[in-house]
Amino acid sequence: MAPLRFFGVALGTAVAVFAAGAFVHNEYLYLAAYTVAQYIVLATAWNILGGYTGYVNFGAAGFFATGAYTSVFLHKTVALPLFLMIPIAGLICAVLGLAMGYLTLRLRGVFFAIATLAMAIVLHTLVVNWSFVGGARGAYIIRPREVMLFAGYSQYLFATMLALAAIAVSVARWVEHSRLGRGLAAIRDDETAAECSGVPTLRLKLVATSLSGLLMGFAGAPFPYYVGYVDPAGAFNLAYGVNSIAMPLIGGMSSWVGPLIGAVLLGTLQQVLTVTISSAVNLLLVGVLLVTFVTVAPNGIVGLFDKLRRKRGGRDG
Amino acid sequence: MDVTFNLLINAIVAGILLGGFYAAVSIGISVAFGMLDIVNIAHPAFIILGSYIAYIVNVNLGVDPIVTVVVLSPAFFALGVAMYRWYYVAFERRGRESLSGLAFFFGILFIGEVALLLVFGVDYRTVNTPYIGPSFAITSNISISMRLFVPFLVSVAMVLAIQLYMTKTFAGRCILAVSQNQTALQLMGANPQHIKAIAFGLSIVTAAVAGAFLIVIQPVEPSIGREYIGRVFAVCVLGGMGSIPGTLLAAIILGVAESFTATFYGPSWAPAVSFGILLLTLAVRPAGLLGR
Repeated sequence: MAPLRFFGVALGTAVAVFAAGAFVHNEYLYLAAYTVAQYIVLATAWNILGGYTGYVNFGAAGFFATGAYTSVFLHKTVALPLFLMIPIAGLICAVLGLAMGYLTLRLRGVFFAIATLAMAIVLHTLVVNWSFVGGARGAYIIRPREVMLFAGYSQYLFATMLALAAIAVSVARWVEHSRLGRGLAAIRDDETAAECSGVPTLRLKLVATSLSGLLMGFAGAPFPYYVGYVDPAGAFNLAYGVNSIAMPLIGGMSSWVGPLIGAVLLGTLQQVLTVTISSAVNLLLVGVLLVTFVTVAPNGIVGLFDKLRRKRGGRDG
Repeated sequence: MDVTFNLLINAIVAGILLGGFYAAVSIGISVAFGMLDIVNIAHPAFIILGSYIAYIVNVNLGVDPIVTVVVLSPAFFALGVAMYRWYYVAFERRGRESLSGLAFFFGILFIGEVALLLVFGVDYRTVNTPYIGPSFAITSNISISMRLFVPFLVSVAMVLAIQLYMTKTFAGRCILAVSQNQTALQLMGANPQHIKAIAFGLSIVTAAVAGAFLIVIQPVEPSIGREYIGRVFAVCVLGGMGSIPGTLLAAIILGVAESFTATFYGPSWAPAVSFGILLLTLAVRPAGLLGR
């Protein structure tokens, strides 16, 4: 399928999901579904660098919070509408990704992973000390009372996040099938061999980190409006970092389908568990699932299905 | 004497003491990451585990936290060996350590934190020992608190012991050999996995001992382990991968730098120092101060 047509289908799916939601008169369901859509964006963004290129980013929470605090800053200074804040937040996160990549990607890949882990902590420190955006106390964001075309602001936020999810998945699929994606796959499989065959490895890795950062910034930008009150502990929550890694790993990292499956399954499961048991238990479950999957089924759910299909095909053939 | 000068001297003294503690925190990573190439980002989880075990024993039996973990070190060693076996069978043997292995340790770090959170909650925990509280004065203006001084002494002793073990004993030299050339060691008829398991066990023991120091120095809650991820890797990289004297030197540099930042800019900026040092080292001299 051509990338544009796929985007059409993805957007169509998003509209269908939103329309289905209109029949359910339950505010909580909107908020829960928003979180799942947000994880689709984060997991897909992570997978562009992690799954396609083979570089682990532990700092998803840092990128997400940077996006969120960009909105807070813009809200307090120029008060732009949300749909203009999202691209700005994305661009800032893309630059952040580029800078991180430029400083560490020329060395061994593991240094990039460690640096992203430390980056989230430093950005956290920075925000705690920055009183303009609320510092450690946090900041209140007052939602606009009404918004054009939508019944309420929750609906508007949900629709925005669904659209972002459609964009993220389409971008990931486009990358996968493009020259860029083949270059990234070559880096993942054998970086030295790729370099020797004339693949501009550093440049492609930087494109991947920037793109991944851009999408994570998108996911973070509407967050302050969603929660109404942002504090550093909430925006830099380690859960974002863990989920961004766990969802692609559990779903399968080789294609755009994996993070989508992982985010929908794990995201929904977590919403159910948070309501029925406790939020600490659901985080423990994510950790246990992550460790189980990387140990037993490194190719995720998609890999398990592939194996099953191959086995069945072998019996038939 | 001038007030600023006093502040400066006190900051340096506190920084050196803190650096001794950071050496204990980081020495395990210098062994695991620097020598064995195992990127154990779950190291802080084992530090916090050591803190909590020291806490439980101290509250129930009144035993000194440092004595507790030293006595229990065979158990931590066994835990480390078991972790390495798991890591080897699932990742290293299949050449998947770079991505799956990292995610694995990240998951372990997370599970450790959440499990402690579920059992003990978010309350800060403290221990009771005679040397928490008192301090002694060197001059009229400089005083050293015992709760920093005792961990400093034990920590430096531990680092020296590991250095002697690595350079003087047969097993220690085997670990150095693994870090230099694993294939060559295999050709000599030795089993690298066996040696790596021993070294990784040792690394987890040092983490647990550092955990006891941590709970002596400050109150502990499950999520403060995260603050040490940046620190341990900054020290390991700045000191030079796998260099034990380098680790001690880098830890003291980091301790002094953090102490200065806390004194002159405020304690809330201290966590950013390690990241600055890490990035600067990677950009300017990736081999570190005493790197090979």
